[in-house]
Amino acid sequence: MSGEIFFAAAGMGRKVRGQALVAKDGFSARYDLDRLRGVFSRPDHKLAGASYVGRVLVLDAAKGGVATAWMLHEMKARGVVPAALVLNAVNPIMVQGAAFADFTMISGFDRDITQAIANGALVEVDPTGERPFIRVI
Amino acid sequence: MKLTDEEQALRAGAFGRAAQWAIAHQIEVGRYLGARDFVAVSQAHVMADTESLGLAGVEWLEQLARLPAQERRVRISTITDPRGTDFAAAHKLKQQPWMVDLERRAIGALEALGVLMTNTCINYQTIMPPVLGEHVAYGDTGVVIYCNSVCGARSNFEGGPSALAAALTGRTPRYGYHLEERRRATLVVNVGLTPRELNDWGALGGIVGRLAGDYWQVPAIVGIERVPTSDEMKHFGAALASYGSVALFHMAGITPEARRLDQVLAPGHTVRSHEVGEAAIRAFQESYAEAIETIDVVVFSAPQLSLIEMAQVAGMLAGRRAKIPLLVVTSPQVKGDADRMGLTARIEEAGGTVLSGMCFYQSYAREMAEANGWRRLATNSAKLVNIVGGYGYRPALMSMPACIDAACNGGRL
Repeated sequence: MSGEIFFAAAGMGRKVRGQALVAKDGFSARYDLDRLRGVFSRPDHKLAGASYVGRVLVLDAAKGGVATAWMLHEMKARGVVPAALVLNAVNPIMVQGAAFADFTMISGFDRDITQAIANGALVEVDPTGERPFIRVI
Repeated sequence: MKLTDEEQALRAGAFGRAAQWAIAHQIEVGRYLGARDFVAVSQAHVMADTESLGLAGVEWLEQLARLPAQERRVRISTITDPRGTDFAAAHKLKQQPWMVDLERRAIGALEALGVLMTNTCINYQTIMPPVLGEHVAYGDTGVVIYCNSVCGARSNFEGGPSALAAALTGRTPRYGYHLEERRRATLVVNVGLTPRELNDWGALGGIVGRLAGDYWQVPAIVGIERVPTSDEMKHFGAALASYGSVALFHMAGITPEARRLDQVLAPGHTVRSHEVGEAAIRAFQESYAEAIETIDVVVFSAPQLSLIEMAQVAGMLAGRRAKIPLLVVTSPQVKGDADRMGLTARIEEAGGTVLSGMCFYQSYAREMAEANGWRRLATNSAKLVNIVGGYGYRPALMSMPACIDAACNGGRL
């Protein structure tokens, strides 16, 4: 619903706007993505086949291995990258990768954020203040 | 974060620009994850294959490498995870020259920083295992979970940039598994079967990983009836970390922090519990084998094979011949011994290919699939089956003997 705002426990990066791509599933750059084509490629991922380029990804938890720490930087350098990541739960790799790539990410909500944001909604992610948030525009 | 005088000097650039970048990166990560201060670490293990780095990452490393020598050197023992190729076999794998060139550039840059190019994800079996209570900064999830759980070391998952930052500063933010209170079990898994084959251990790890669900969960495994071998722990831990993003487990009566289960349970707290039996392990493996009748390639990798596994593969191939590609991936340290003891020759005379210093999924797996026409892949590594689906493969999880049989039957299962 327009104007709804959801505060996160932590955030980094810059304020961005974009269309939300939402699923109750995990995120790992190595396991889940075809980074050349910019689509989710793991067959059993709920977003398999969907393009993530320029989208605000609203997902459940960071998954997988350590490669994402380099891969976000590499994806950003080529411009084949999401606009931001919004996660219920992060792991250190996602934090390290976002910090290294100067990438926008917020995480930790008092509800399941994948249920709170509608797929396709236009959203704003602002990690710059005391209380990082995602807002439906 | 509370900074010591030395850490403030690092931040101010007194130790050079590489360390200045490193501590700034670590402070940003530490603040996000609630670290109050830093903890000194004795070793770093850096994942930096070029499929992950890409050109941008290699150029970033080269920028560091161009700094004056006194500004760029690592401060603690620093080793590397597998690379993206085995230079001796790149042509056989149909890897492109640009991949090999990028690898050479990355190696040159890392060497200029003082990194030891060990190129292994089994450093706990081959280089210098950490000891109980040792704080380290390790990359590769399989390395971290084994060293935390089996050795009792203290590490979080440290991705390449953060492991390198720890190498440059000699410390890491104190959060997660550097804290005693984070190391307590958050779920108990009662196991009704002690696995036998490595793929069964991996399947159990995968199941527990799915039950755990995220990085901050610490499963305690109950009911394992004998002490597993290092290779069994390796496959169990690698799969658990892969499926669950889990960095620490306890095994009651076996791992060093859980001689008794109550030692890893917080007093007065109840944790959720689960039951896992033989049917679940069988179903897990069958879920990958559905509708696969033939395979294109057999891969033993992820983690790299120990010398013992190399001997097992060589023994199972005796008097037989692989009729489809059979890739056997190990560390440079094991490869030397395997050469010297004739294991490499025995595997290759039977049609296999021994690869060293790389890992299959870190070596441009998608491009290798397209160049070689590989789609259906058999392996005994649960970790590998979890990863390669995203690279376009249809994987089957099978025992080592079944994989060898398939290779020698021309791919027929």
